[in-house]
Amino acid sequence: MRPDPAAGVHASRADARHGKPTPVEHHRSPWPARWRAFVKHVGLITLALIMLYPLVWLLVSSLKPSELIFRDVSIIPTEIDTTNYTAGWTALQYPFSRYLMNSALIVLGSLVGNLVSCSMAAYAFARLEFRGRQLWFAIMLMSIMLPIHVIIVPQYVLFSRLDWINTFLPLIVPKLLATDAFFIFLMVQFFRGIPKELDEAARLDGCGHGRIYLRIMLPLSMPALATTAIFTFIWTWNDFFSQLIFLTRPDMYTAPVALRTFIDSTGQSSWGPMFAMSIVSLLPVFLAFLFGQKYLVKGIATTGIK
Amino acid sequence: MSVVSEFRRTAGRRRTPGAARTGTRRGDGKAAAVFLAPWFLGLGLITVGPMLASAYLSFTDYSLLRPPEWIGLDNYTRLFQDTRLLNSLKVTFTYVLTAVPLQLVVALALAMLLDRGLRGLAFYRSVFYLPSLLGGSVAVAILWRQVFGAEGLVNAFLGLFGIEGKGWVSDPDTALWTLVVLHVWTFGAPMIIFLAGLRQIPEMYYEAAAIDGAGKVRQFRSITVPLLTPIIFFNLVLQVIGAFQSFTQAFVVSGGTGGPADSTMFYTLYLYQKGFTAFQMGYASAMAWLLLLIVAAMTAINFLASKYWVFYSD
Repeated sequence: MRPDPAAGVHASRADARHGKPTPVEHHRSPWPARWRAFVKHVGLITLALIMLYPLVWLLVSSLKPSELIFRDVSIIPTEIDTTNYTAGWTALQYPFSRYLMNSALIVLGSLVGNLVSCSMAAYAFARLEFRGRQLWFAIMLMSIMLPIHVIIVPQYVLFSRLDWINTFLPLIVPKLLATDAFFIFLMVQFFRGIPKELDEAARLDGCGHGRIYLRIMLPLSMPALATTAIFTFIWTWNDFFSQLIFLTRPDMYTAPVALRTFIDSTGQSSWGPMFAMSIVSLLPVFLAFLFGQKYLVKGIATTGIK
Repeated sequence: MSVVSEFRRTAGRRRTPGAARTGTRRGDGKAAAVFLAPWFLGLGLITVGPMLASAYLSFTDYSLLRPPEWIGLDNYTRLFQDTRLLNSLKVTFTYVLTAVPLQLVVALALAMLLDRGLRGLAFYRSVFYLPSLLGGSVAVAILWRQVFGAEGLVNAFLGLFGIEGKGWVSDPDTALWTLVVLHVWTFGAPMIIFLAGLRQIPEMYYEAAAIDGAGKVRQFRSITVPLLTPIIFFNLVLQVIGAFQSFTQAFVVSGGTGGPADSTMFYTLYLYQKGFTAFQMGYASAMAWLLLLIVAAMTAINFLASKYWVFYSD
């Protein structure tokens, strides 16, 4: 499949580092390499700390009594206080678990939808010969760049006619219909890298396309499926615009929509509980990031999804 | 490799007569219909159908309660007399034209720093990438509202140096810039794409240049940048398209109002207000088409301009 450019380049760099310094290296660097690397690391770590500071501060603040949050920039907690979490959990009309559950259901539906429908479409684009394939492929690529705002108003009208507002259907059904075309593209790229000989051999053995797709392409595409799954998870969990539009009844709110109502419904005094629930709603994304890093980086490097 | 380069290739490809027939296997048409069925349905029902409906609605007065009433071009002429809309365009363009270039410069700079056989690369990459994943969330927008608030982190830091801050998010002069900072903070995604691009540049180019006496700056200008232009272009196109559609951050930071004084009234936020709080569906549809035209025009300009600065070695 995709050539791994890192392999070759890294090898040659490793050689250069471990071998004697070449005259070129000497010519280039007035400072000893080690000193330069040290300065670089100090700079990078400083920047990393600055970047992470707001997040760490959010976490620490969520563990402080509300009145201590402000004017206290330090991120070393003096004592750990979880009352914000218990207060935040029940601060809104429904317990926060309800909103988390709503989010989880939408994520689950989207996951299944994207994995099935996008991989099917990708199989057709990568392996099947049919009339107008290039045209349809171009249309698929164009749909990736289409702003959702162009279609959201009629979608809202359609879904309200179907009585789907305040259900999860407007958020899940489109995923079952491969509307996240980015993932089709991602999988087409991956499928193209799987040797054609494999499915040709299977065909000679009498396999139809259904079986080739199920028994050969999908099992060999676990990295692409994992990438799709993790990005779908994170995007759907973070999604706000469409959830805000389609879910207007508090019992159907997702975690982000519920979180947002904190700002309207409560005053300055409840920063603590709001921060606590912010942390709760960031946690699943953070965990997905921890476990899926490899796939996230690969996916983003090949297709530019964010 | 990327969507944009793939799109260039697909769009530019000429059909050669007879080419379609070679390799065609009988039965693929039917199989393709089955495998593409969900996508075709989605394209028709969720994308193209609503697009056509949106085009129609944009010529009507429609509030959901009564049937749409045809009013011709009225919505479109209204667009250009609506001062709040014109202001939202100004806000959005200001945001796109500052946040996107700034973010890309930071992303490229960090990618350069992380490139050459650096120890702990995976660690730095993860740390810098994390904000990209969280940045679009409501939780981080809420955090930002506090960080740049009157009693927020930024002012606390400034206080350490004896500088008195202000409520950055509640001042119309600075509110938009806090969102620009938030966008720049999420530079990790383009940075990873730059890193992938930098790795494609053969090390020997730099070695040859160094032997010829080229310094770091010269190497950057004459090797790195030219060979990286396709990647810069790719990031630029995607980021511009994405930035025009920014919504969540402005919505949350301004409490849904686009304030103070409409200073964070992104175009999409105004569209949301018109469509889903004022229920002027016809007007919102016209706004959506104007947005599509603007995004398409910006993308087209990017593609046209790319002929003059993007260098493809293939």
